[in-house]
This record gives sequence, C-alpha cells and structure tokens, in this order.
Amino acid sequence: MTGWEISAAATVALVAVVTFYLGRRSATLHNAAQDFDMARRTVRSRRNAAAVSGEYLCAASFLGIAGAILTDGADALWYPIGFTAGYLVLMLFVAAPLRRSGAYTLPDFVEARLDSRGIRWFASLITVLIALLYMVPQLQGAQLAVTTLFPVPDWAGPVAVIGVVLVTVLGGGMRATTLAQAFHYWLKLFAIAVPTLVLCVVFIGSGGKGAAAGLADAAPPTLPQDTTVTVDTPVKLQVSTPTTLYADGVVDGAPAKGEVLWSAEVRHDVAAGTTLRFDAGTPTPVVVGAPADNADWLAPGGGDTWDLLGTYSLLTALMLGTMGLPHILARFYTNPDGRAARRTTLHVVLLIGLFYLFPVLLGALSRLYVPRLLVTGEKDAAVLLLPTSVLPGIGGQILAAVIVAGVFSAFLAATSGLVYSVAGVISADLMPERVRDFRSAAVLLALSALGIALVPRQPDIAHGIAIAFALAASTFCPVLVLGIWWRGLTAKGAAAGMFVGGVAVLTALGLDIASDYTGGWAPVLLERPALLSVPAAFITAALVSLASRNTGSATVNNFMLRMHAPDRLGFVTDAAIPRYGRAEERIRLGHGQGRHRR
Amino acid sequence: MPVPSLRSRMELAEQTSWGEMLIRDLIKALLRWSTAFGAIMVLLLGGLPLLFWQQPGFASFTVVGVPIAWLILGVFVSPVLFVLGIAYERLSERHERDFVDMIES
Repeated sequence: MTGWEISAAATVALVAVVTFYLGRRSATLHNAAQDFDMARRTVRSRRNAAAVSGEYLCAASFLGIAGAILTDGADALWYPIGFTAGYLVLMLFVAAPLRRSGAYTLPDFVEARLDSRGIRWFASLITVLIALLYMVPQLQGAQLAVTTLFPVPDWAGPVAVIGVVLVTVLGGGMRATTLAQAFHYWLKLFAIAVPTLVLCVVFIGSGGKGAAAGLADAAPPTLPQDTTVTVDTPVKLQVSTPTTLYADGVVDGAPAKGEVLWSAEVRHDVAAGTTLRFDAGTPTPVVVGAPADNADWLAPGGGDTWDLLGTYSLLTALMLGTMGLPHILARFYTNPDGRAARRTTLHVVLLIGLFYLFPVLLGALSRLYVPRLLVTGEKDAAVLLLPTSVLPGIGGQILAAVIVAGVFSAFLAATSGLVYSVAGVISADLMPERVRDFRSAAVLLALSALGIALVPRQPDIAHGIAIAFALAASTFCPVLVLGIWWRGLTAKGAAAGMFVGGVAVLTALGLDIASDYTGGWAPVLLERPALLSVPAAFITAALVSLASRNTGSATVNNFMLRMHAPDRLGFVTDAAIPRYGRAEERIRLGHGQGRHRR
Repeated sequence: MPVPSLRSRMELAEQTSWGEMLIRDLIKALLRWSTAFGAIMVLLLGGLPLLFWQQPGFASFTVVGVPIAWLILGVFVSPVLFVLGIAYERLSERHERDFVDMIES
C-alpha cells in the first residue's frame, strides 16, 4: 500500500468509527428503550435542519453533480437547483400539515387520511421501491470510489458500506441518528468546501497553467499529459476531430493493437478491458451523447426541443420528488409542531444551497484537469481524482483524503437513513406476522440493494438518483398534495394515481435500461419520464376520486382540521400520534404501550 | 400564551357548520398563498431553460470571464429560493396568528 492509500483508508475508517460511536453513545447514554425511537421530538429546528441535510446529501450530491457537470456542463446545473427547489415545494405544500398529521411515514399518512388498510400496503410497497432505487446509486458510487482509490475487487466498496450501515442501524437509535446526521452535514460541508477553495486558489494562482485549454473554445478538451486509460465497462465514444490514439484490446468488435485513427463521423465501441493510450495534447474522445466540445459544454440549452423537454422533466422530478423520499419524511417527525417543520425546511434550503456551490466548482475544474474520465465514462470519480491531479504531492493527497471522508459520509448517511426508516415500513406492513422483525427487515432491505448494485453496469449516480426522484414525484407527490389540500381525494383515487405514476416510471426505466444494452434508442422522455408521468398520476387520482366520491366523512374533516389548524389551537395531541406512528413503535417498544411518550 | 377560548375551539373540533366553514376558509387561504409562491417559483425556474434555449447569445454573455448562465444557475438561484422561503414563512405565520386571534376574540 502506498502512503496515499493508507491515509485514504484511515479517513474512511475514521468516518465509520465516528458514525458508529455517535450512534452508540446516545443509545447507551439515555435509556435505550426510550431512545431507540423517534420518541424525542424536541430537536431544535436548526439542528434538525442540519440532520435533514446530512441525511439528504448523498452520493448524488457529492460525486454525481460534479460528474454530471464534467460531462454535460451547464445543463447539469439543473440538478442542484432542482434538489434545492424540492425543499421549497416541500415547505409550501407539505411540511407543516404533514407534521401536524402525525404521520411518520408515507404509509402512515395514506392510511390515516384515506382510512384504508389496503392502500397502506400499496404505499409501503412503493416506499420500498423508492428506497431501493435510491440506495443502488449510493452503492455503485461506493464501488466506483473504492476501486478508484484502492486495488480491491468491485464488491468491496458496497459490501463495506452495507456492513457499516447495518452495524449502525442495528446498534443505535433514531435520536442517535439525529445527532450523527447533523454531524454528517457539517463533515460533508467541510470536506467539500475546504478542498474546493484550496483547489480554486491553486488554479487561479497558476493562472490556469497546468490546465489544458480554455473552457470557452469551440474545441474538445485536450489531455494535459500522456494518458493511458483502461476501460472497465464497455463504452461508446465519439470524437469531434480526427484523433490518433493507441489501442490494445477490442475496438468496434475487432481486436486492435497499436495505432488507430478515429474519424469524427463514426461512433466507436470500446470493449471492457481495452487499454487506450493518448499523447499529451490529444483532443479527448467523449462518451456518445455528451457535448463534444467546450463551447457546447459551457452553454446551457443547446440541442433540440427534446433536450429542452428533458430539462423540464428533470426539474419536475427533482422538485416534486423530494417530498416523497422516505428518509426525509421520517426526519420531519422529529419537529415538535407544524411551524417548526416549516422552519426546519427553510433552514434546509439554506444549508443545501450553500453546499451545492462546491460540487459545481469541482466539476468545472475537473473538465480541465481530469478529462481522461470522459473517455472511460467513470465521470463520477472526478471529485476523487481532482485534488491529486491539480496538486501532485502531499498537498493533493491530504485534500483527497478530506474529500474521501466526505464521500463516505455521504454513502453512509443516506443509506443508513433509508435502511432505518424503510425497515420499519417493511416489518410492519410487508412481512408475514410470524417473522415480523425490524432487524431482519433492515438486513433484507440492505442485502437486496447490495444485490442489485453488484450487477455490473456503468453507473451514472446523478441519473440514477433522478429516477428515484421521478418515482417519488409520480406516486407520493399527487397523494400528498391532493390529500392535504383537497377533501375529495379517495382511497381509490390515490391508489389509481400511484399505480399509473409508478407503472409509467418503472416501464420507462425498464425500456431505458434495455435501450442502453441495445444501442441507446430511447428518447429523452424515457430517461426522464416525470414530465409525463407526474401529470398522468395527478389526473388519474383526481378523476378516479371524483368518480368514487362519497360525501365528506367526519374522519376526513377531522383530519383536515388537524393538518391545517395552527399549532397553538392544540388540535395535534400526542395521544393521536401513536396510532399513526406505529410502524416503529409496535415493533420496537413492545406493541404500542407508548410509555416513552408520557 | 393565551389559551384560545374554549367555545370556539370546540366548535371547530365538533365541526359545527360555523367551525367547518372557518376551517374551509383557512385551508382555502393557505392554499392560495402556497399556490402563489409556487407559481412565482415555477415562473422563475421554468422561464430560465426556455430563455437560455431561445437566446443562446444571452447565455454566453460573460461577466468577469464567467458566462452569465453559470452565475445565474450556479450562484444566484438558491438565494432567491431562500428569500422566497423566508417570505412564505413570515406570511404563513402571520396568517396563522391572525386566525388564532380571530378564534379567540
């Protein structure tokens, strides 16, 4: 092991140990039975906002945005905007009423609002799907990060993350996680802000030297030095000018060894295991579909109408999907009342808006310093490789170790939050009575995500996360918004809406994956289905509700009153909450005696 | 904190026609404000892609070497969202206070 690998490994271990320690400490410090749950709702807005942000800023924020900026440029700036705006939408339409409803998970909410057990089961199923779609990119990111940093097999990263997550979730409690997640936010902010600022100073100080070419030229980025890359998963590359390179392996289905000349008109299939070598100053080939030259990369909104629709579809998914993420909703329950929930959301907008300044800068710098990632398609490794490329030597290694700490914090925080909040849903609603158990549900969920993540596929973290958002936006967003603001929503309407939205997104996902393997024929709205699937879900839910309408029942009226009456009137009684918060309580606290709430 | 007068609170809880009307009005007013803020946000964010797509010249206009599109999208959008959030929080808290005052009086 080199010194750099040792320091990176030490940082990863440190993050894991601190996470576990914070979990253990509060689990043992207070009475464990009392504290294992969300029982304590007294966490203050600011710390709670840090905890929400800590849990939220995942691999997509840390690695995915920079990777997307590296390849797509200005068009990828919509990711951080969509993520931030999602919290504003959450604040405007959902935060306070949802908190007052006393629901701890989405299934709790739909059961309480729609008074139906069947729909609870259906909502639980969708929660699990969203969690899986959200966890898989995290684990793929872990795989990419670990294989980029250490000479280890592919499975090592995901297995390590799942291991630490299971130890933390099974060994600590929710209160513990609040503290740990708030810590994770500050750790992540530090781990991305400091390296970014140092690298920017170095870049400006060098007058842009060491970088290959200006980013505004109508030319592809060029490789700053002689570069050898090995392609790990098959890629399809394009060049914009005739390019000479040396290949060793399989190119365009035929064995290639030695010098090859690529023309701009043809796309080139490069098989896994092929080594490509470029002389310094060679224009970089890019993966098909990405902007090939820098001017294109720098300008937003290039392309045809479909690209514009794709941007709108992405924004729709990100803005409306945030409210349906299981780990974020569970966190709102720790606010004492509706007003605090609103304030927490406002703080989150500030905290994550601040964070997102940095991955954008890192992504832009990586276009200058590590364009070789454009060739292999492993763009999400940009943040990890950038420090040592800008600052060779010990300085770069220290910065890289700091970034690695943040990256692993991102994997661990998001994954453990999801496992914790969704394992309760699984054990309460989806497991047969005989084997019902929080711990086995957590293990089951974690291992399923691990299984899917280990299927070899070129990861694209930002895109993978966007799919999870699209599913949340097409299923839970209509149910939440209509359920909170419209008395007329019925169980049938909600079920039909979630079904239509969910099937639309999953079908699009399936077709998109199929198209990846068979030549990439999918139009942009299959990659980003939200623009069609969200309105479809809303309209279906509304129409079916109108058709199955019954006269306003007392339950619905009471529930509407509870959600919207200002906190001071005191309609939210704690006695009402155990009934809806039971997913956790029944499992953890001996069948709903609720003693922790007194 | 003054405790809201018992009678009007009970009327709300029991959903008498007066209480029900009150709460309907409250929901309607809250929804109107949320929708208004949502519309502002959609206009701002939704207008930008169209603007950049229609006016490539504007997008590549640079300020101190940085294209204006990057400045707007990367730096200025999130403070605007935060300010919108503050305004909404103020407004909704005032609205709720007014509602409680009305119930109490």
